[in-house]
Amino acid sequence: MSRPLLEVSGLTMRFGGLLAVDGVQLSVQPGQIVSMIGPNGAGKTTVFNCLTGFYKPSGGKIIFDGREIQGLPGFKVARRGMIRTFQHVRLFSEMTVVENLLVAQHQHMNTSMLAGLFKTPGYRRSEREAMERAAYWLKRTNLHEFANRPANTMSYGQQRRLEIARCMVTQPKLLMLDEPAAGLNPRETDDLKALIAELRDNHELTVLLIEHDMKLVMSISDQIVVINQGRPLAAGTPDQIKQNPDVIKAYLGET
Amino acid sequence: MPESLYYFLQQLLNGLTVGSTYALIAIGYTMVYGIIGMINFAHGEIYMIGSYIAFIVIAALAMFGIESVPLLIFAAFAISMLVTSAYGYSIERVAYRPLRGGNRLIPLISAIGMSIFLQNLVRIAQGSRDIAMPTLVTGGIDIGPQDAFHASLSYMQMIIFAVTLISMVLLTLFISRSRMGRACRACAEDLKMTNLLGINTNGIIALTFVIGAALAAIAGVLLGMYYGVINPYIGFMAGLKAFTAAVLGGIGSIPGAVLGGLLLGVTEAITAGYFSTEYKDVVSFGLLILILLFRPSGILGRPEVEKV
Repeated sequence: MSRPLLEVSGLTMRFGGLLAVDGVQLSVQPGQIVSMIGPNGAGKTTVFNCLTGFYKPSGGKIIFDGREIQGLPGFKVARRGMIRTFQHVRLFSEMTVVENLLVAQHQHMNTSMLAGLFKTPGYRRSEREAMERAAYWLKRTNLHEFANRPANTMSYGQQRRLEIARCMVTQPKLLMLDEPAAGLNPRETDDLKALIAELRDNHELTVLLIEHDMKLVMSISDQIVVINQGRPLAAGTPDQIKQNPDVIKAYLGET
Repeated sequence: MPESLYYFLQQLLNGLTVGSTYALIAIGYTMVYGIIGMINFAHGEIYMIGSYIAFIVIAALAMFGIESVPLLIFAAFAISMLVTSAYGYSIERVAYRPLRGGNRLIPLISAIGMSIFLQNLVRIAQGSRDIAMPTLVTGGIDIGPQDAFHASLSYMQMIIFAVTLISMVLLTLFISRSRMGRACRACAEDLKMTNLLGINTNGIIALTFVIGAALAAIAGVLLGMYYGVINPYIGFMAGLKAFTAAVLGGIGSIPGAVLGGLLLGVTEAITAGYFSTEYKDVVSFGLLILILLFRPSGILGRPEVEKV
């Protein structure tokens, strides 16, 4: 096995007296889809928040792409190529669809005011590249006809797709999706599954997924990590997880 | 036109003059509030410092024998904006940024402390007495009959309108067209999400403080020359008025701040012109109370949506 893209060990997050995350381990190989599952309140989203610099973890080590990132501010983590979505849609709803994709590329663009004022060749080039990348991902997520509409005028499913497009224009190494299928109808869920699988297969993207839709998780994941009450319960391939008695007891239930 | 109409026109012009400077200051309140949800109560002092810098620049250049009025005014604007920008940046860095993420009241208290500090800093450095700003622009045009009551519009008022308009247009272009402006709008909608997309949100916050301070300095230079008198306490009242204007228009909204500023200026001038100058402040703060009671989100503001 090659070097993992993301390696988390002993991750701990404490809120006052509450230990929300307690010694979580995680190893994500590049090019894989890894799902994190577990009962509600198990601490999955808290793990996401710690990884992306949204929270400062109380303890543990996070190595991303060969470097330690625990405690870095969110924007620096994002610039290293780790990008996420939230459980609920968090688009810039008053901006147009294409503006959402342009602002996400801010870090890659030449933002000096003087360059903007005089529209230097470098400024024009980066503007053009950003537009091209935005157009590409709008096409890929089937949203190109909405480019100039305000983001909040689109349907829920379209907004979720736009969120993924907004992540992709930042050219991430690791895409972290927090319950992307929540609220989607079965057809939209199938589209989402196809999109995620394709991102892995054709864009060498690594995906870390939190999801409750077991059909989706079991069919798409290369690895699954189960978390229960803030502690790691099991890890393995979908088939191993399905048969793990601890997981069945804590989460999947007897069938 | 009957006399009463000219009288009304005069009040309107006076109101718009003061109102447009309120609007310039109010933008600083509203931009900062729009992004970090905090009222920067030291903002009025930035306006006052802007006036003082203008006075110092004009006095110093005049001492060197420079008499060209356009040059003096240009230098006053440029240096005053530059210095207040540094103040705005430093205030955010020293008094607010270390406190971010805690209770919202904490930076508010820090802001009040900063306001007292700046006021006294100027008082000690420049003395607490009134200082007369040199009159650089005189004269104006008359509107209406020469032999009866007529309205007049001074050249200084015209400068105020022109400079305010140019500043607003440039700011609007910056916010709506430039990349930094786009990032500002993103921060105003969702600061944390913007950060997680790789944008240095602390930098954007600092930028809004700098822009707000520069606009307050413009107001300081303009009003200093318009009234002709400055002292270390003018920032308090101007800050309160501009804050009222920002709330009136809908705090967080830039067009709201402009509208609120103009509305407040005209309301004050009408009150002063038809009732009594003494009641001018009563009416403007009465207006603030009414807005807070009946439409807390202001004229153009939207009701606060709870962010998770």
